[in-house]
Amino acid sequence: MRERLANALRGHDADYVEAHLEESETTQIRYQNGTLEEVHRTRSCGGNVRALVNGGWGFVSFEHLDDLWDKAALAVEEARLASGEAMPLVPGEAVVGSSAEPERRNAASLPLERKKRVLDEYNDIILGTGRIQNARIDYRDAKRRAIFANSEGSYIEQDRPDLTLRLTAIARENNEVQQAGLSLGSNGDFSAIEGLHERVRETAGLAAALLSAPEVRGGEYTVILDPVLAGVFAHEAFGHLSEADFVYQNQGLLDIMTLGRTFGGRHLNIVDDATVPGLRGSYQYDDEGMPACRTCLIREGVLVGRLHSRETAVKMGEKPTGNARAISYRFPPIVRMSNTFIENGDMSFEEMLSGVRKGLYVKDWYGGQTSLEMFTFSAGEAYMIRDGRLAELLRPVVLTGNVFVTLNNIDAVGDDLEMNQGGGCGKGGQSPLPVSNGSPHIRIRHCLIGGR
Amino acid sequence: MEQPLAEQLMDSARKVAEQAEVFWLSSHETAVQFEANRLKGVHTRESANVALRVVREARIGFSAASGPYSSLPSGPGAEGGLRRLIDMAVETSRFGKPARFQFPPLTDYPGVAVFDHRVARMPVESMIELGNELIARVREHSPDIVCDVEVTRGTSSVQIVNSQGAEVDYDRSFLVIGLEGVLIRDTDMLFVGDSLDSCRLPDNMGLVADRVVEQLELAEGKATVSTGPLPVLFTPRGVASALLGPMALAFNGKMVLEGSSPLKGRLGEQVFDSAFSLCDDATLDYCLRSSPCDDEGVRSRQVPLVRNGVVCGFFYDLQTAGLVGVQSTGSGRRAGGTGQIRPATSSLVIPEGGVPFHSMVEDMNEGLVVERLIGADQGNLLGGDFGGNVLLGYKVQNGEIIGRVKDTMIAGNIYQVLRQSLAVGSEARWVDGVTRCPCLWCPSLSVSAK
Repeated sequence: MRERLANALRGHDADYVEAHLEESETTQIRYQNGTLEEVHRTRSCGGNVRALVNGGWGFVSFEHLDDLWDKAALAVEEARLASGEAMPLVPGEAVVGSSAEPERRNAASLPLERKKRVLDEYNDIILGTGRIQNARIDYRDAKRRAIFANSEGSYIEQDRPDLTLRLTAIARENNEVQQAGLSLGSNGDFSAIEGLHERVRETAGLAAALLSAPEVRGGEYTVILDPVLAGVFAHEAFGHLSEADFVYQNQGLLDIMTLGRTFGGRHLNIVDDATVPGLRGSYQYDDEGMPACRTCLIREGVLVGRLHSRETAVKMGEKPTGNARAISYRFPPIVRMSNTFIENGDMSFEEMLSGVRKGLYVKDWYGGQTSLEMFTFSAGEAYMIRDGRLAELLRPVVLTGNVFVTLNNIDAVGDDLEMNQGGGCGKGGQSPLPVSNGSPHIRIRHCLIGGR
Repeated sequence: MEQPLAEQLMDSARKVAEQAEVFWLSSHETAVQFEANRLKGVHTRESANVALRVVREARIGFSAASGPYSSLPSGPGAEGGLRRLIDMAVETSRFGKPARFQFPPLTDYPGVAVFDHRVARMPVESMIELGNELIARVREHSPDIVCDVEVTRGTSSVQIVNSQGAEVDYDRSFLVIGLEGVLIRDTDMLFVGDSLDSCRLPDNMGLVADRVVEQLELAEGKATVSTGPLPVLFTPRGVASALLGPMALAFNGKMVLEGSSPLKGRLGEQVFDSAFSLCDDATLDYCLRSSPCDDEGVRSRQVPLVRNGVVCGFFYDLQTAGLVGVQSTGSGRRAGGTGQIRPATSSLVIPEGGVPFHSMVEDMNEGLVVERLIGADQGNLLGGDFGGNVLLGYKVQNGEIIGRVKDTMIAGNIYQVLRQSLAVGSEARWVDGVTRCPCLWCPSLSVSAK
């Protein structure tokens, strides 16, 4: 295969050409209404070629692996149509490498019966909880082998197994419907979703309890975010702004995201790190064949770095970080996060709580969305804080704000960092990309909460 | 699908299953992408997908493949790939749901036009020219704006064959013109954007730029609304982004069957204001999701959901309809092209009312116009909740739009908000090619502002 790809990439009048080939197998299992609703398996095989000519990109994806040279020629032709000023890429070294995941850790090689047994148990726990009317379970595992080659002589084979599980408990009483969920994931390791019985029971209990919970009044509050929600904040609100492709051709945003600018207190440190072993967002090489990195984004409150592809690094004159990723061969690599987290501070949760006379403790998430500076995200679980103590459970709340103001309003960072491996990231039509995010508890002053 | 392979797959599947269905989808699309006002790249995507559904020992099995003929040298190869597809469908059928349907036999399908040669043949050079024109038009109004534009044209072919004798195929063309702009002043950002989506070449492709310029004009000046209940006017885009998510869930036959929809057991009841009607229609010519039949080969039809505020129907696929004991409404659609079948909408249509936009605005002392929300799909959609941050919205004072709002959230519940006495706009438009709706004005909605 190495030879075939090298031949396909040879002899084109382009500044750079690369190819990806990929084969994957996915199993999806879905429970709804108390029973196993859907189970299906998918096989997928295909590839793409991407070419660069004077700053213009051409991209061709396909599922017939023959005539690879012609496909490369089409990509070069398209790149020429889009070409403008010359643009060199950050020099890349020819890398020849491979990474193989041990088969035994990979959920994709387990029989369906084994997966079903575990999911059946969780399903029964949820449905056995009072006032719960429905359980929804979405399980997905994938094994994926990806081959990368470029015109600089790189050739890399990597295994990229992945696994996600989402459990939702739906409670109903009269015409009221409330839900609570649990989201988990791993880099293919099935044991990450085993033995969760107690957590599943708590989730179901929460959905039922929400039926009788009051709603919060909209307005400004001091809020404490749990590690899950704070991790989502780090990823959604700040992390996306660190993606250089958002920034590099946008002067207005560039003025805001100037390295050296202060965004928060000295207790605030945010990192993206694709080299942490065993996390869903980890990899050895990105989809441009660049080695993975640990990148400090905010150091002691000051913006010190951002995430790059080979193109954005050269355009901004900064160091490449190996963050160009694609969800599959159907898409070109774009700048993405890997494992993004707020580093530990030194305040305990109790101390943080005791500093709040009236506020909210918000946990877990339904999802989050940003439009550059504005973010909104939903907490799946919320409590009033009164006089430094947790008080009544509230209906789920939506938090919103300007990220720069909010980062500056973080006045305390906890000492209890946890990584959250559930969900996935979406950008530019590419979703879900395996990532993880995390944080210790953090406290934010003057946060806008939506409500009636 | 190359005929011998489709037949081969159907023949082999019938040997191991009582019923079988082969769904084949191939597509070819080319997109030109502009980033930050400049042409960035040209993309071509060719894809070939096949999905196999079997009913074996009365249970449903399902498998799918992309690139069914291809495999890496370590893989099973083309022949082996098809065999693997059947094995996977058989394996999943052991755990599958009992089938409550028969695949439909051959029937007459309605004529629904979804192909335009002018789209299929549109040269890449014209697409690039169009992108440049749209950007020039918007920048003429606001020179500092940074625009991303994507013009995509393509064709797809669908073929469905089942063991009950049905055989249907159709070709579709599509053109999607999207423009997103952001205007940044210091740390303040203004987002505008719109899109035009159709199976045929639109008469006025510049409409996207006109609409964006209109947004920019309305957004000149900043304003702050009060926190508390306010009258809110949703533009067609606002209706689509705030209200239709929970609506589509509530009328999904599967959600109703399960009881997760609050509309369960309320057929024939007056749930919404009598000014409000809604239907799903897969038979409208040249709409992105129209087709002669759904993804299970059931003929397309118009599905009324709300008539004058009264709940009058839900939408179903074959299996859900079988469980409920009704007919499929031709709403079985595959998630992500060749994924599992589930009930889904095609084009949601809210018929026009009689109130022009300007009179809605004139009637408000203080009010909010909502054009786009972010975070609208995060709340308890099943319960009918909607809300989010107003990404683009305008303040109305004494009957006039006086500027755009920031740091403003709305929150409500469709079962409360659409029960109030509503005003429905006199002009409807398409939003994202999948919804056609007018403006909606509601007398009171909760607004929080910073």
